[in-house]
Amino acid sequence: MTLEPRTFDPPRLSDGRPLLTARELRKTYGRVTAVEGVSLEVYPGETLGIVGESGSGKSTVLRLLNLEEPADAGDYRLDLAAYAGENLLGLDRYRRRELRVSQIGIVYQQPHMGLRMGASSGGNVAERLIMAGERRFASLRAAARDSLAASEFPLDRLDDPPRVLSGGMQQRVQLAKAIAMRPALLLLDEPTTGLDVSVQALVLDTLLRLRRERRIATIVVSHDLGVIRTLADRVMVMRGGHVVEHGLADQVLDDPQHPYTQQLVHAKL
Amino acid sequence: MTLAELTHPRQDYSYGFLDAFARRELRRRILKAIAIPGYQVPYASRELPIARGWGTGGLQATLSVAGPQDVVKVIDQGADDSVNAANLRRFIARMTGVETTTDTARATIIQSRHRVPEERLAEGQLLVLQVPDPEPLRAVQPDSSQAREMHADADYAQMWLSLYEQLVRFGRFMQGASYPVIVNRRYLMSPSPIPRWDTPALHQSAHLTILSAGREKRLYAVPPYTDVRPIEFDDVFFQVEDQAGRVCMITGAAQKFMDELPQPGGGSRFRISDTGYVEKLLAAARGEPTAIGPTYYDDQGRFWMPGVIRGRGDGDS
Repeated sequence: MTLEPRTFDPPRLSDGRPLLTARELRKTYGRVTAVEGVSLEVYPGETLGIVGESGSGKSTVLRLLNLEEPADAGDYRLDLAAYAGENLLGLDRYRRRELRVSQIGIVYQQPHMGLRMGASSGGNVAERLIMAGERRFASLRAAARDSLAASEFPLDRLDDPPRVLSGGMQQRVQLAKAIAMRPALLLLDEPTTGLDVSVQALVLDTLLRLRRERRIATIVVSHDLGVIRTLADRVMVMRGGHVVEHGLADQVLDDPQHPYTQQLVHAKL
Repeated sequence: MTLAELTHPRQDYSYGFLDAFARRELRRRILKAIAIPGYQVPYASRELPIARGWGTGGLQATLSVAGPQDVVKVIDQGADDSVNAANLRRFIARMTGVETTTDTARATIIQSRHRVPEERLAEGQLLVLQVPDPEPLRAVQPDSSQAREMHADADYAQMWLSLYEQLVRFGRFMQGASYPVIVNRRYLMSPSPIPRWDTPALHQSAHLTILSAGREKRLYAVPPYTDVRPIEFDDVFFQVEDQAGRVCMITGAAQKFMDELPQPGGGSRFRISDTGYVEKLLAAARGEPTAIGPTYYDDQGRFWMPGVIRGRGDGDS
């Protein structure tokens, strides 16, 4: 038996334009500055990891990028035809909703933030398409099935509500919902925190496969360096609302320069 | 002591019971509701000598628009002679001096609970529906301030999600009465608890419909010739109650909305729910001169306007 020779993408510097460009994001809650001067770029098909301890502002960055809450200052652009040259932080609520439905998928740490626990799993996924204007039942059903299959959800439980599912399966429903519209940007907020280690590995496998197949630009936020090492191409380290270090994943995690990153990496290893 | 001795003479009350300010406010609210079809306009619901929940919303709308030249019909679940309908009719007549009738075609104002008459309403007629719960989003969004935001955004995806869930779980739409509709391609509206059978009657209707909820202090309207579409999927349609095989025990008529009367033997007999229409059918059978107007559904159960009800395949004929 001979093995098919595998083809690899030649190593190259990305010469495309970044899908996501954010500049100088700032967000304060009263006297607390949650995020200050954060800038980042994500290229199509690339995964950016954001690490940092609790309270470092990493989840706030994700919420700002998901347009869930208004930023105090900054500039946020997505390289999409419909939103060319527009600072997305200034969108009105209708277009903001449209953008979030069609172009941004998000997976939360707590499934109840992203899912209707009482509706069926298929319904949760279908809701995304309903919001985008799909009104054919057969198409909704087929799309829900496809999307759940892509996130490796057991299809015999298609009509069970997330309430009765295990944590790992709930995350798969969230993931299916996030990718149902084939978004340009996928945001993962601690996607595997709270799952036991074996389930965590399976969910990470699914995420890796999706990344390979769909090439969605992804931002993953986690305090678990193992998750970041598995998923991310590049890593951004945050502390106290600021970015302290930024570079390729291997570089940052194997040869951290900033004292805080060194501490973080050694605390883990 | 009789009731007549206990009550004040009519001259002690304002015309139409409500004071001039209340009438003016209600009329303004009604105008606003007509201007924004399907939008719930808040209003100050007045105290009336009947309890909230017994048609005070509809009564206030009727009292504020009725004049002495009007002819009023009041129905309750299709019946002109139920206690509630009789009470409201007597009160309206006493306070406004209107003529009352049971004939749908003659009435200028029809106040109704839970039914639209079988005979087609014409231009110039006003249908006032009593509404217990004006908020169609309540089932999916209990928080009314959030529901208002959803109306503002026309964010009705959750209604279709609930349709999806019903199809998955039960194989059909489960909503009976009060089936939500989209008015003028914009606002989601609860048509008050009329059966699904009556919902298409509001679509592109010649008459004006005012829906008023006294307890919830909201009123809304469907102006004449306005689109009223039940929520449905493009491949799974809204359906009306199937009346096939039901024959009215009084008139022998079929394909009208029937009341089911359980019989001691375990079976059921049926009676047309619209008593005004039954009266007319009986009068015609006795050979009396009666003008029976065209009905919303013909004797084969086809809706008069093609293409409105897609669910039974009678739309393309």
